Amino acid sequence: MKHDSDVIVAGGGLNGPALALALAQAGLSVTVVDATPARQRAADEFDGRAYALAVASQKLLAAIGVWPALATDAQPMMDVKAADGRPGEGAAPFFLHFDARELDQPPVGYMLEDRFLYRAFLEAMQGEPRITLIHDTSVTAQEEAPGGIVVTLSDGRKLAAQLLVGADGRRSGVAERAGISREGWDYGQTALVAAIAHEKPHEGVAYQYFMTSGPLAILPLKGNRSSIVWSETRERAAAIAALDDADFLEVLRPRFGDFLGEISLAGPRFSYPLNLTLARAYAAPRVALIGDAAHGVHPIAGQGLNLGLRDVGALAQVLVEAMRRGEDIGALDILERYQSWRRFDSTSLALGMDAVNKLFSNDNPVLRAGRDLGMGLVNAIPGLRQNFMRQAAGLSGDVPRLLQGRAL
Amino acid sequence: MAQATNTIDPAEVAKFEAMAAEWWDPTGKFKPLHLMNPVRLDYITQQIAAQFGRDLKAPQPFKGLRLLDIGCGGGLLSEPMARLGAEVVGADAAPRNIPVAQLHAEQSGLEIDYRNCAAEDIAATDERFDVVLAMEIIEHVADTQGFTDTCAELLKPGGLMVMSTLNRNPKSFMAAIVGAEWVMRWLPKGTHEWSKFITPDELYALIRNAGLDAVDRKGMVFNPLTFGWKLCERDLSVNYAVAAVKR
Repeated sequence: MKHDSDVIVAGGGLNGPALALALAQAGLSVTVVDATPARQRAADEFDGRAYALAVASQKLLAAIGVWPALATDAQPMMDVKAADGRPGEGAAPFFLHFDARELDQPPVGYMLEDRFLYRAFLEAMQGEPRITLIHDTSVTAQEEAPGGIVVTLSDGRKLAAQLLVGADGRRSGVAERAGISREGWDYGQTALVAAIAHEKPHEGVAYQYFMTSGPLAILPLKGNRSSIVWSETRERAAAIAALDDADFLEVLRPRFGDFLGEISLAGPRFSYPLNLTLARAYAAPRVALIGDAAHGVHPIAGQGLNLGLRDVGALAQVLVEAMRRGEDIGALDILERYQSWRRFDSTSLALGMDAVNKLFSNDNPVLRAGRDLGMGLVNAIPGLRQNFMRQAAGLSGDVPRLLQGRAL
Repeated sequence: MAQATNTIDPAEVAKFEAMAAEWWDPTGKFKPLHLMNPVRLDYITQQIAAQFGRDLKAPQPFKGLRLLDIGCGGGLLSEPMARLGAEVVGADAAPRNIPVAQLHAEQSGLEIDYRNCAAEDIAATDERFDVVLAMEIIEHVADTQGFTDTCAELLKPGGLMVMSTLNRNPKSFMAAIVGAEWVMRWLPKGTHEWSKFITPDELYALIRNAGLDAVDRKGMVFNPLTFGWKLCERDLSVNYAVAAVKR
């Protein structure tokens, strides 16, 4: 079979471009099929969406060469403070406290607005001769054939490659057409996302309050602004989302607290229903899944993108090592190396976040006392806290080279 | 070559397709070879790169090298070598392996010259190679010195031979005969005759007598927990590979 490119990536969001860049830089030709029109993608306006990048994710962005374009727009997170709180009562006595000074490297992570991240990916892809970017087009069919896979696009074109990567989100068509079923849970919760401007500087500190109805994260953006991710039960969230801006701020104020002074909205508001969806397999013959297509997780602490970039690091390394051995990069035994590397990690994290969310979204006084004690214990034992932090920063376990900031 | 498949009876093609699928099914009959293949390829690519000064990170690093894969089977080594840019001749004495390998190479878009012949048949001509691979072959041949001499003869001066086999000791009996054939049923019983396994010292003697200089040897060690293989500097107790250069 004659291949139009080595790899076709379905999905032009963030994980797809990151993978395409990593593969192209190592010598593979990649076609990225993005359902979104180019102009919409390169929007300059801040749309309120931002990511909490773990240190490992930042290292991957550096290793694939996009970090220099992002460094000045990224807000370093120097400290993360987590507390168990109820509106109007303030934080619980034991405060879970992460401090970048306890890691051997500062900071704990970076906050980055979506508009900067995607633009950097777009420019890097346009400058990479081994990447072909197709906008405003989607994959409508795929057929495995001996020696490759043939993909049909929405404009009728057919493209052949050794491998098709599904980076097409939690309702992945690539996974569905490959016969990979999904397992999912609905949390009955909705995340309200908005950018907030505040009077006082945040000093690079991120806050996470676990409240009875769901967590509220306050994540520092550049300047006197923070991004909030506020989870509420579906009914309450719908009611809050329906409020006008002034009333929205009235409801937010007692939860947000006054430690950053007066607050106002700094962009549009969004709401996302929270659910978890896991693909039963990450690999099929000539197909691999990354990001939300493999595991759509609860967006607490921005772990969705971080998990996705770990997929990118692992899959890129598996494919490039296979290529350098002369192996067929679309063969199932090669793709299964990626699957066994990633599946345990992302599934345990997905289920872990599910458990954390369930534990904290509960007003049972016994659980509440237990949480306070548990957090106090984590705080009291430096080794445990550091380990917790290293896990959250993606620095432990068998880490792909790109996530260590090393070239493939 | 690709055209060769066109001369075959269509009923035969269907049979060969099934056999090709079998050869290349990582969970099928040839699973042990698939499991071992990455570590064999790691060894071969590293040795070729070192001998010919090639950069494995460059595209098609083996371009310009003529390579002979003796006992090519379904092409598990020939295809990767062709993908890395080598001009590959795959030889197999079993006639039914050849159309199977040809069909799969064609499906993979690779040009490989597969021939139904013995290494000796090629040595009788004046065709010579930069690289000769004889992986897991020598433990199956009757005249080990004669076979090693043939491999050496097939090399150009400065050419590289890579050979792998099984060591002969109680551990290899347990691993390769009891483990792989009797317990795991990975290989049909009788695939290997333990008495034909060769110690590294014996292999080095064969290589020296054939006029080659051994340049490297490494163990290939199976980890039953990860079900993976890795190269090992010291442990040559069961599977091992050697590289030798023609003076």
